Amino acid sequence: MSSPFPVVLLGPQRFEPNLREIIEPFAFDRPFALITAGWQEREEEIQELDAHLQHQTIHLYLHQRSERLFALHPDYRHEYRKRQSLLRRAQQLYSIQLEGVLEKARYLMRYPEESKLLEPAVTQSIQLVRQLDEMHQDQIRQIHREFRQAWPLSRLPRLQAEREEIEQILGRCCALLIAGGHVVVLLNRIRLFGVERHFTKMAVFGWSAGAMVLTDRIVLFHDSPPQGQGNPEILEQGFGLVPNLVALPHASKRLRLNDPNRVALFARRFDPALCVALDPHTAIMWDGKQLKALKPTRYLAVDGELGEVL
Amino acid sequence: MPTAIQEFKRTGDFSKEAIDQFLADRSFPHVEGNQITFVYRGYVDKILLQHWIFGLESGEEFERLGESDLWFRTLEIPDNSRVEYKFWVEKDGKRKLINDPLNPHLARDPFGANSVCHTTGYALPDWANEDPETRPGSLHELTVPHTALGSAKTVQLYLPARFRKTRRYPLLIVHDGFDYMKFAALKTILDNMIHRGELAPLIAVLTQSDDRLKEYAGYQPHAQFIAEDLVPLIEGKLPLRARPDSRCLMGASFGGVASLSTAWYYPGMFGRLLLQSGSFAFTDIGKHKRSQAFDPVVAFMNRFRENPGRPAEKVFVSCGTYESLIYENRSMVPFLQAAGIEVRYREARDGHNWENWRDRLREAFSWIYPGPLWMIYE
Repeated sequence: MSSPFPVVLLGPQRFEPNLREIIEPFAFDRPFALITAGWQEREEEIQELDAHLQHQTIHLYLHQRSERLFALHPDYRHEYRKRQSLLRRAQQLYSIQLEGVLEKARYLMRYPEESKLLEPAVTQSIQLVRQLDEMHQDQIRQIHREFRQAWPLSRLPRLQAEREEIEQILGRCCALLIAGGHVVVLLNRIRLFGVERHFTKMAVFGWSAGAMVLTDRIVLFHDSPPQGQGNPEILEQGFGLVPNLVALPHASKRLRLNDPNRVALFARRFDPALCVALDPHTAIMWDGKQLKALKPTRYLAVDGELGEVL
Repeated sequence: MPTAIQEFKRTGDFSKEAIDQFLADRSFPHVEGNQITFVYRGYVDKILLQHWIFGLESGEEFERLGESDLWFRTLEIPDNSRVEYKFWVEKDGKRKLINDPLNPHLARDPFGANSVCHTTGYALPDWANEDPETRPGSLHELTVPHTALGSAKTVQLYLPARFRKTRRYPLLIVHDGFDYMKFAALKTILDNMIHRGELAPLIAVLTQSDDRLKEYAGYQPHAQFIAEDLVPLIEGKLPLRARPDSRCLMGASFGGVASLSTAWYYPGMFGRLLLQSGSFAFTDIGKHKRSQAFDPVVAFMNRFRENPGRPAEKVFVSCGTYESLIYENRSMVPFLQAAGIEVRYREARDGHNWENWRDRLREAFSWIYPGPLWMIYE
């Protein structure tokens, strides 16, 4: 998906927002459309955001719309939940497989081997991780494909009507803002109402989870969770508005960026995609051809260091 | 390698100035690898170290440095240990128990406070400290008017930040809940973990007993109070999921026995248990050698061990290796597993105290009610 309009990815906005500062130079004169579906039932609590932006916003209320739709079509809700349950199961099984291959890659990267044999072994072990990632994404795509076939839009006239209403709202707006929150909820609600079909018709600003869904691959990550190994895992593909980029909100908090082995493994696993640390105050822009830092923003380099997006 | 105090002793200069300098150059107790040197300064007759490390002699005498007013005692304690202690000070035939005057670090409990130190590897958990980014939950009082215990009981309710009546929450019932708040930073930990997505937003009920040695010792009316008075009342008032996998009983020491016994008396009602340093004393034969307060505990535990049933589906058990209860807690693990229960067991080099229980809460809570950590990027 390629857009003639700018796509801007930002870090968290709750405490020290920079969204307004980033948006102002664009001199937009029409309202912004707003998605906060990742906040789930708190979707409408946008007072702080409005106060920060000082610009008219039109809320798309995707979460509320989906709740109404589910209430109207209990059979659809039932099947939708079954699909989500299946996706979770697939994620668990992938996660179990991932543990072994990632552990081996990490072990090899620390291995005290001086000879030239080590690097091919490391590369091979990372390749196994990438294969597993690919297989997982294929499986997830298949689950979605089957669901779409079982539930074409024609079976849900109410959904069709909601989509048309959203299209009309978007027609009055000059930019779309997508807030963070629960990344799965956000992704699913955008997809449910087909909002991604309009991504290429206006400028899009996404922060935290809102940035993740705009990339071509959504990677879940946390190096020090209270349970488990903390292995980064692919959730599924995003909307691909910004290609070859992995968005990592709160990277400084969630990742051990001072561990060169972990940084290098992360970067090499997703190479040539750029793994960008979307910490507070950061901002990058994709203009359809190249990536540009609007504010100082770092990325995870394959040598285990942190580089600056230019 | 000689310790600092041994080096100092070797100098033979125990003048006031030399001692002042020695003390000024380091903090006390002085930790060197796994050697901890405790010191006391004063003209007294005797100093003894009181600690609660089961298996290690307590009440050991300090050595006086020449004729000076400096006393010391070095203990060898493994890495990752946390030790609470006091000094017995004897002078003119009188004896008093004090905290270490040179150590500002205190661990508080319902009986006061102890001095506390730790060896290499132990770190204070940052998730137990207040975080300005965290959205705090709120506390409310609730009175249960009629209870099986014969009188009304007031409990505290913890509601998570952004509490919504339209959501359904899991329930956590905390024995000695007021103490967990005061001495184990329970509210801060719940707030932080929920905010960080490590723990599912939950409703906690904090109970406190005026007579815990009786009510928590496998006492059936207490179980009846929890299961028949408290739970139906709060499930009627609050948006709770009201199913076994979303009901957890939690407690430490006798509170662990209260949690286990309540679940045992009401099988199928509570799917989760969080048991910290449970006072799970039992006998295979003969009489137990603990205090009289343990009589009803042992009676309950023996009945439980005779016929454990399956009081819960998932049980988190933790205990300090420096506790006298370590044997009983370790023996619970295969026992619960044999009953088909999923068990997570954790030990730490610590004693029977609130900070030990605090330090295990992150792992325990995130296992009992895992939060959406991996999915939330705000």
